[in-house]
Amino acid sequence: MKFIIAVIKPFKLDEVREALSNIGIAGMTVSEVKGFGRQKGQTEIYRGAEYSTNMLPKVKLEIAASDDVAEKVVETIQQTANTEAIGDGKIFVLDLASATRIRTGESGETAL
Amino acid sequence: MIKILALAAPALAAAQPALAAAAAPVPNPGNNAWMMTSTVLVMLMILPGLALFYGGLTRSKNMLSMLTQIGATASLAMIIWVMWGFSLAFGDTAYPAPIGNYIAGGSYFLNGTDASSTAATFTEEVISKYVFISFQMTFAAITSALILGATAERMKFSAVMMFVPIWLTIVYFPIAHMVWFDGGDAGASGLLFEDGALDFAGGTVVHINAGVSGLVLAYLVGKRRGWPQEPMPPHSLVMTMIGTGLLWVGWFGFNAGSALEADGSAGLAMINTFVATAAGGLAWMVIEKMLGHKGSALGFCSGVISGLVAVTPAAGNSGPFGAILLGIISSAVCYYFVATVKAKLGYDDALDAFGIHGVGGIVGAIGTAVVYQSFLGGPAGEDAMGFGAQLWVQVFSVLVTIGWAGIGTFATGMLIKITIGLRVHEEDEVNGLDIAEHGERAYN
Repeated sequence: MKFIIAVIKPFKLDEVREALSNIGIAGMTVSEVKGFGRQKGQTEIYRGAEYSTNMLPKVKLEIAASDDVAEKVVETIQQTANTEAIGDGKIFVLDLASATRIRTGESGETAL
Repeated sequence: MIKILALAAPALAAAQPALAAAAAPVPNPGNNAWMMTSTVLVMLMILPGLALFYGGLTRSKNMLSMLTQIGATASLAMIIWVMWGFSLAFGDTAYPAPIGNYIAGGSYFLNGTDASSTAATFTEEVISKYVFISFQMTFAAITSALILGATAERMKFSAVMMFVPIWLTIVYFPIAHMVWFDGGDAGASGLLFEDGALDFAGGTVVHINAGVSGLVLAYLVGKRRGWPQEPMPPHSLVMTMIGTGLLWVGWFGFNAGSALEADGSAGLAMINTFVATAAGGLAWMVIEKMLGHKGSALGFCSGVISGLVAVTPAAGNSGPFGAILLGIISSAVCYYFVATVKAKLGYDDALDAFGIHGVGGIVGAIGTAVVYQSFLGGPAGEDAMGFGAQLWVQVFSVLVTIGWAGIGTFATGMLIKITIGLRVHEEDEVNGLDIAEHGERAYN
């Protein structure tokens, strides 16, 4: 099993979610996060006083997937969240040691 | 006792028609009703108008401190107004010059006023004196509250409470008297009133006065910790926009109410308060765009206030197109001050009480001499003094106000600084004044 963490532009969330549903991904965790990479920050101006904020809002997705679909998930996110501009985000893939469904106690891939 | 007399008076008048003709003038209920409405509109400008306008501009840890300082300051000003403020500014006893040019007296604790007392307007009409006292009371209250924008986020609550009574007494009451007191045959009139200074609703008395006092007090209190290196963005421009809207609405009471009657002059002040403000709000955003920025919400709000401030002395002294011009010019000059001059001079007028009220007030007071003239559609009549003379009178009234407010505030501020101190402890400033000074948080 793989644990996939993707940081994407917030306005791409719905599109990515739909694309993942289409390839059979039935669940994910989404959080609003802040950070920076090559894109750096943005400038805010209040009555002429300029403040450059070095953090930008992003959305973080966390998805657990079986080994055989993990690659497809990464590919789907990479294609859907792409705007061909800096700040599109990153995808990380980790090995997942175990997964348990709390209600039934099932574990392994059946819990996903 | 007063009530019984008031009730008995109409009965006597009906019984003796011959006496009724010679009786004191009776207020027209229409004018009275408008002035009562205007008075509560100015109250709306303070709470919650100004409180939300300023509050939204602070950081969230200082929100309640701003709201509380404004509420308590306005309340304190009201109590002082009825004890000795009204008497010093507009009291029944007009002293001879020179003292009579600066203060009046004789009405301490509203001595000699009852429900049948009346106050003069600009025509033969009268309004109830209690209404006039209340109307002017709200002006004293909002002026002292305006100063607090300059000292936001670091001045001690106790220092504010000590500052307000002394400042009102030595700065506000004499300036209000100088600009607005008509001594008639009884004694001297106010210094600037006598000169023929045009200040319809308080460009000098309220805005230049509060702006300059704020600047001096901000200098005495010192900069906020971390300013200007650390970003201090407004915590809620939504609140600021709500406050701006309430200020604009309330300003109709402030400006049109200053006609003291529901007449054509009030109508002129009303339309000017619409169009100068609209022009000011748009002009600020256009300037932002021209300088390569985005037209911003705070820019709109700032332009609206610049327009309102500038049209205050001109409200009944300008035609609508003169007022539009004034709104645009005020917006441009205020923008230059808050965006450029403030950064260069390095004074921490936290919420731009001077940058907008002081500067806009000066533009308005001097500009009134221009827009008053008939060639710009102003109401200057045949008997008006010439343009040059009027301009000099306006400049002189601005200089007197700046000097008086500057010196009076410096003295008051120094007195507090060496006694109880003006500023909160550094740790309290970092934690925020809400918790440190009031034991509450605005948002939980």
